[in-house]
Formats: sequence, C-alpha cells, structure tokens
Amino acid sequence: MSALTLVVATVVLGVGTYGFRCAGPLLRSRVTLSAELERLMAAAAVVLLTALVATATLVQGHGFAGFARLGGVAVAGVLAWRRAPFVLVVIAAAATTAVLRLLGVP
Amino acid sequence: MWRALEGRLGRELARDIALVCLADGIVGLSFGAITVGSGLPLWLPVLMSVVVFAGASQFLFVGIVAAGGNPVAAVAAGLLVNSRHLPFGFAVADLLSGSRSRWLAGSHVMIDESVAFALAQRGTGRSRSAFWACGLALFVCWNLGVLLGAFGGSAVTDTAAFGLDAAFPAVLLALVLPSLRERETCRAALAGAAIAVAASPFLAAGLPVLLGLLGMLALKRGRP
Repeated sequence: MSALTLVVATVVLGVGTYGFRCAGPLLRSRVTLSAELERLMAAAAVVLLTALVATATLVQGHGFAGFARLGGVAVAGVLAWRRAPFVLVVIAAAATTAVLRLLGVP
Repeated sequence: MWRALEGRLGRELARDIALVCLADGIVGLSFGAITVGSGLPLWLPVLMSVVVFAGASQFLFVGIVAAGGNPVAAVAAGLLVNSRHLPFGFAVADLLSGSRSRWLAGSHVMIDESVAFALAQRGTGRSRSAFWACGLALFVCWNLGVLLGAFGGSAVTDTAAFGLDAAFPAVLLALVLPSLRERETCRAALAGAAIAVAASPFLAAGLPVLLGLLGMLALKRGRP
C-alpha cells in the first residue's frame, strides 16, 4: 500500500471521527435543550459506557475473550461496588488477569 | 504543573487520572511497536494517534491494513467503532460550552475515559475540570507512548501478559458504577450491555455497542 493511500486513509478516519465528536458540542452552541433531554443524554452515555464495558470484557473479535480477562474485571467490579479506591480497582483487575494467565487460564 | 492540577482536581482525582494515563501510555507503547512490527511505516502510528486519537479504532485499522485488507474497509471499520462519540458528544456538550476554540479543542480529546471521568463527578465545574484534565493528559501520554513504541520497538508488544486488556473495562466500570446505583439508569444500562454482548458474534465491531443504546427503551418515559 502506498504512503499516500495510508495518509489519506488516516486523515479520512481522523476527520470522520472528529465529525462524530464535534456534532454534539456544535449543536449545543446553537440550541438549548430541555432538562429532561439533558437527563436522557447523560443516561445514554452511561448506557453506552456500560455496553462498552460488557463487550470489552467478554468479546475479542467475534468470540469470547477468555476467563482471565473476565476474572480481572469481575474482581474490579466487586471492589468498585464496595467503594474501594479507584487505583486499587484498576491495579487489581490487571493483576488478577495477569496472574490467571500465568496460571494457564485462557 | 502537577501541583496546579492537584490543587484544581483534588489529590485523589489527579492520582486516578494519572494512573489511567500510565495504563493507556503503555497500551500506546504497544500500539506503536505492533504497527511498526507488522511492517507498516514508522510515521503511521504517530500520525494516526495525533489525528484520530481513539485507541480501539487505531488497532482495528492497523490490523486490517497490515493483513493486506482494503484501506476503505479499514476506514469504515474505524469509523464504525468511533461512532459512539456522536452520542458522547451530546452528553458532554455542556462541559465544552463557551468560546469557539474551547469546543473545537475539547471535541478532539473526547474519549471513553474523559467522558467517563466527567460523568463520575458531581457538579458541572468538577465535571468540566475532570474532562479537560483527563482528555489533555491522555492525549499527551497516548502520543508519547505511541512515539516511544514506534521508535523503541518490541519491548512491550504483549499487553495481555500484564492484564492491561482488563484494565480498560475496569477503569470504565469503576467510573460508571456510581451512576448505576440509580435504579432506572441501571436497568437501561444492563439491558444495553446484554444487547451489545448478544449482538457481538454477528455484527462488525462498534455496531454492538451502538445497538446497546436500545437499552434506553427500558427507561420509563414521561416520569417527572
């Protein structure tokens, strides 16, 4: 693949992504939304992030990501639910998954 | 600079953001190394990380191109993965209001982590600080990591060995949990997660998460 093709592809991906990103702020600078709609927007972001957590935990490609990653995120979930410090939650997730893999868990 | 940041955000939040920056910096390192290692030019991961600045889509793009795939398909796949930024933009638009340059720049540092950190704060002022601090710091760390990885080579190509693939969902989970304590939002979020996971075997990356928005239907409507 030529360098020019790669540059163009990268720039198109960048511009398209930026388009997604700035549509909301651009629109908001012109229109004001009702409080109810704003509540819905915040809820939608939470729903999206939760769906992202679920797929990032369970899915790799089109298949199951394996028990090691699931185990790490599960430990993180329990710790976060019990209001453990954020740093502990994240390090525990990575450490659990790393140790599980070391033990041969897929 | 650290002092100023700490003063503005509070020690705890500054530390949390720093940890996420460290983890993402290491993932960036692997992105740079993997891209160059798969035979693509040195400048590609560097340019891409500045221009696109969205990890998942970058990995996907490079994976398709390195395997000899069609560049149009690689761009389309990347755009699909990044489409969630559209609804994110509506959710955080308030935090970017003000001058024109503010939302122009703020939009570019809108990523999963900065959105999640912003949503996890109480009060618009704090959310705004968290969004900017996380977004800008991650932009610097991600690009620094990618640059080092691209030039430094293969020291860190297997982030799975460190369990870093579990760190990303753990970060988002920890940040989103406080919002899930509200029952109705929780129901919608769980429905969305179930839909996204169920759709994952069948749809292209990015679409399942977007489809998860259907979980919003679980919200009761017209409630005061």
